[in-house]
Amino acid sequence: MAIPFEFAYEKPATIADALHLLDKWGSNARILAGGTDLANELKQGFRVPELLVDIKGLDALEKIKVLDDALHIGALATFDMVRNSQPVRDHAYILYEAAGLVASSGVRNRATVVGNICSAVACMDSAAPLLVHDAVVHTASLEGEREVPVQDWFVDNRKTLVGEKEMVSHVSIPLPKIKYAGAYQKMMRYTGEDLAAANVGVLLMEDGACRVAFGSVGPIPRRSPEIESFLEKNGVNARNIEQAKEMIGGIISPITDVRATREYRMHMTKVMFVRAMHAAVERLEKQKR
Amino acid sequence: MMKKISFTLNGELRQVDVAPNEILLEVLRYRMGVKSPKCGCDTGDCGACTVILNGKAVRSCLIFAIEINGQEILTLEGLSKDGLTPLQKALMDRNAFQCGYCAPGMILSVTCLISGNPHPSEEEIKESIAGNLCRCTGYQPVIDAIRQITKKQ
Repeated sequence: MAIPFEFAYEKPATIADALHLLDKWGSNARILAGGTDLANELKQGFRVPELLVDIKGLDALEKIKVLDDALHIGALATFDMVRNSQPVRDHAYILYEAAGLVASSGVRNRATVVGNICSAVACMDSAAPLLVHDAVVHTASLEGEREVPVQDWFVDNRKTLVGEKEMVSHVSIPLPKIKYAGAYQKMMRYTGEDLAAANVGVLLMEDGACRVAFGSVGPIPRRSPEIESFLEKNGVNARNIEQAKEMIGGIISPITDVRATREYRMHMTKVMFVRAMHAAVERLEKQKR
Repeated sequence: MMKKISFTLNGELRQVDVAPNEILLEVLRYRMGVKSPKCGCDTGDCGACTVILNGKAVRSCLIFAIEINGQEILTLEGLSKDGLTPLQKALMDRNAFQCGYCAPGMILSVTCLISGNPHPSEEEIKESIAGNLCRCTGYQPVIDAIRQITKKQ
């Protein structure tokens, strides 16, 4: 299908050039990285930009690195790069796990983590891992840089806090000084490529801290302070995990659509929460040994 | 607002004028005469439009042609320029495809897999073609053919 309208295209060679373009074109410009969401949005007429700013010439944004006790994921890091990154495996295993479940290898070779949280479609795979890791979104514009906690980043389905003249340079994941382990669960209609009908991320720390995030069961992915404080207060064990599971009904608000009914999403989110908790408990035990 | 791009297509340097809103799949098929990538879903789900871009299997229906300036594209036409690859022969020996619509994409996805991982596990094989939808074969003869050429001797 051809894209039914025209637009301009620029591929800046420096970040400064990119920011100047965004400053000039504002909301009429759209950043192009992997483009796997953007191409569909343009074909469907969901977005009608006048300029695409292709940032693939900005090599500095490609890197995944550990810097100042944080894991940095650059705006051009694809899910394939994340999946094959030893630092991600070592420090944010749950993101590694989620990256392997994104669509298909052909999409992962192109789609980026940062693009995923900028498209901000409710079923995105990277949100739950980033949420439980208290990740920070780093933006840049001619006016300067901003750091936005990923917990505040999502405003609505497909809406984020990114400013009109801003781009996201990278996300950073602060690395706890103590031992921790996470787990990601994704509900799909079949093995292989599919969007998440629901997803769950959990992260447990050796000091008893507990973080839980739910995705694709509401307009935006979200943490659950209710469950987190319940488990932190009462302890993470099989009985309390079962009790926490029953709280989920009051926390998430799934809808019925082509991928699943509201009831099925609700049921499976509970099942996946329990699976993720048990997997994380087991992984944390292994870490301690 | 046409822009001249040049890129390597199946080993040859080619040039073409494209508008920014032209999709790579359409430029390949209708402007460059390369017909092996197919349009199935047009949304990146089915894998029929798979091409290899700089060594990685990608969805040509989700790429703007203009992005390809200076890059390297390999399609089935280039892959079998000097005769069928062992993978293609193994697929033929088993009559692994019926209608063949998914075949180019499937072959390129697997080619990409085995170039970096010559002896993939069954799980890795299945994962590599999970995004190439086939509605004829049930996948088994395809997987058998891949296993035949990738098993450790």
